Amino acid sequence: MRVLNHRWLPRDVGLGVGVALIGVVAVCAAFAPLLAPQDPYVQDLAQRLTVPVWEDGGSWAHPLGMDKMGRDILSRILYGARISLMIGGLVTSVSAVIGVVLGTVAGFFGGRVDMVMSFLITVRLSLPVVIIALATVALFGGSLPMVIAVLGGLLWDRFAVVARSATMQLRTRGFIRAAEAIGSGAPRIILTEVLPNIMSALIVVATLEIAHAILMEATLSFLGFGVQAPLPSWGLMLSEGKQDLFFAPWLVAIPGTALFLLVLSLNLVGNALQKWQDERTT
Amino acid sequence: MLRYAARRLLVTVLVVLAVSFLTFFLTQLAIDPAAALAGAESTAADIELIRRQHGLDQPVLTRYLAWVVTVLRGDLGMSLHYRQPAADLIAARLPVTALLATMAMALALAVAVPLGVAAALRPDSLVDRLALGLAVLGQALPTFWVGLMLIIAFGVKLGWMPISGSDTLANFVMPSVSLALFCLPALLRLTRAGMIDVLGAEYIRAAKARGLFPGRILFKHALRNAVMPLVSVAAVQFGYLLGGSIVTEQIFAMHGVGFLAWQAILVGDTAIIQAIVLLMTFIYAWLTFLADVLNAFFNPRIRLG
Repeated sequence: MRVLNHRWLPRDVGLGVGVALIGVVAVCAAFAPLLAPQDPYVQDLAQRLTVPVWEDGGSWAHPLGMDKMGRDILSRILYGARISLMIGGLVTSVSAVIGVVLGTVAGFFGGRVDMVMSFLITVRLSLPVVIIALATVALFGGSLPMVIAVLGGLLWDRFAVVARSATMQLRTRGFIRAAEAIGSGAPRIILTEVLPNIMSALIVVATLEIAHAILMEATLSFLGFGVQAPLPSWGLMLSEGKQDLFFAPWLVAIPGTALFLLVLSLNLVGNALQKWQDERTT
Repeated sequence: MLRYAARRLLVTVLVVLAVSFLTFFLTQLAIDPAAALAGAESTAADIELIRRQHGLDQPVLTRYLAWVVTVLRGDLGMSLHYRQPAADLIAARLPVTALLATMAMALALAVAVPLGVAAALRPDSLVDRLALGLAVLGQALPTFWVGLMLIIAFGVKLGWMPISGSDTLANFVMPSVSLALFCLPALLRLTRAGMIDVLGAEYIRAAKARGLFPGRILFKHALRNAVMPLVSVAAVQFGYLLGGSIVTEQIFAMHGVGFLAWQAILVGDTAIIQAIVLLMTFIYAWLTFLADVLNAFFNPRIRLG
């Protein structure tokens, strides 16, 4: 289709870089206890605010330095990858179930049912997500399960929109009609005929939504209403580091870079899958 | 046209009502307003008295309807923390948020539209790849981290910009840049995709065949049609900016609505939280309504379809 030139720039390289980066983060998360120089919770107050190795006075004992409480930052980053990946995966699982149920039901039945479901989607889109999430976590108490429930209950809109339009396109196809003709019920048709056919579109959404959920968790934790201390959430590390922004900028720069790279890699993969899917369907 | 607008208007009103019920119900569920009013050192009998005095023993639906009536009168309730009407507090903070959102949106559009057009004119060229790179970057950079990095670079190291407050226009520069980067990707991609679509259309080929100036074709024929979808997305994004600048306002200590919301959440001031959620939903719903009607006005296929 496309003729040569600049093939080496982002679009084609994106997928490879994205997959590689996600792989690195996954390995860090899986083998955090083996890779981490020390326990992420252990405090050594004598060495608090040790600078990273690339600055004067840094040492390889703590390559990324120490935070204000004398905890090793590299260890916290490695364990933090677990929290980010877990939040991304669990939130997206919750939101995928909600969104896909609403979307496929709307697209399959159409008419009044679709009107109600579309209204629900519109209501959700009109909500200021960050404020609602913050307020809910603040009112009901911040904890890992609470953050996952709140974000999962809020971030289903894209799943619903995509599932709805993809189901609508399938609705009049022969194999759906055939399944109806042999007397299959709606839940069965949605599960066995519709779902497998919209799966590739949903996987694209899921990839991008994992990134979205990770960013949202970091935002909530940064504002103090997400994962609670002393868990090594990257957003929480940013929030703790912000107090010493002027004297110890690496406290903010390092977890931010980790967050950026993970979200970037998920987006790169998501975009590449999206493009691949668009080319296949047109 | 009128029928389409009327239908959209009905949906908009219903959406605002649904959100108002949701916020009212959730806050009532989370915090007992009678206990909150009575204070920490009150007895169960005191709370019961206050509950009856304020009509809080009525069913939720009755109280909700009463609340809607007062809201329609412009009374958004009293802030327990500031001991001032929530409406006054919000009104005082709104200009900062509005200015911030406007500056960020203007900046994002000023970059996205020219860059998107340039990218569409030569797909897969170096400019196109750079535009795509910028979009991917903007999508992945956490807004609050960009804000902090700007503070380190331009506020602390170089000392060019003030790092907190909202008193002078200079205070708005760094926050707008970090917010602009947040809404840039969608606008950029949309401009590019819209332009590529339009440039391949028959009427552009016809215009070229008639020997019109390329510049005239680009601006008069192509861009006009390509920016139509941009209107809706820009409206949606603007709504997000008004409601979502909470993080940016907090980082730069700007005294806007987002900062107020964060402070209200910190002290559990439900009147303010309720009022802000309602206001943001209201603004967002109206912006999308206006964008939809505007789009339908320019594009008959939408209102007839």
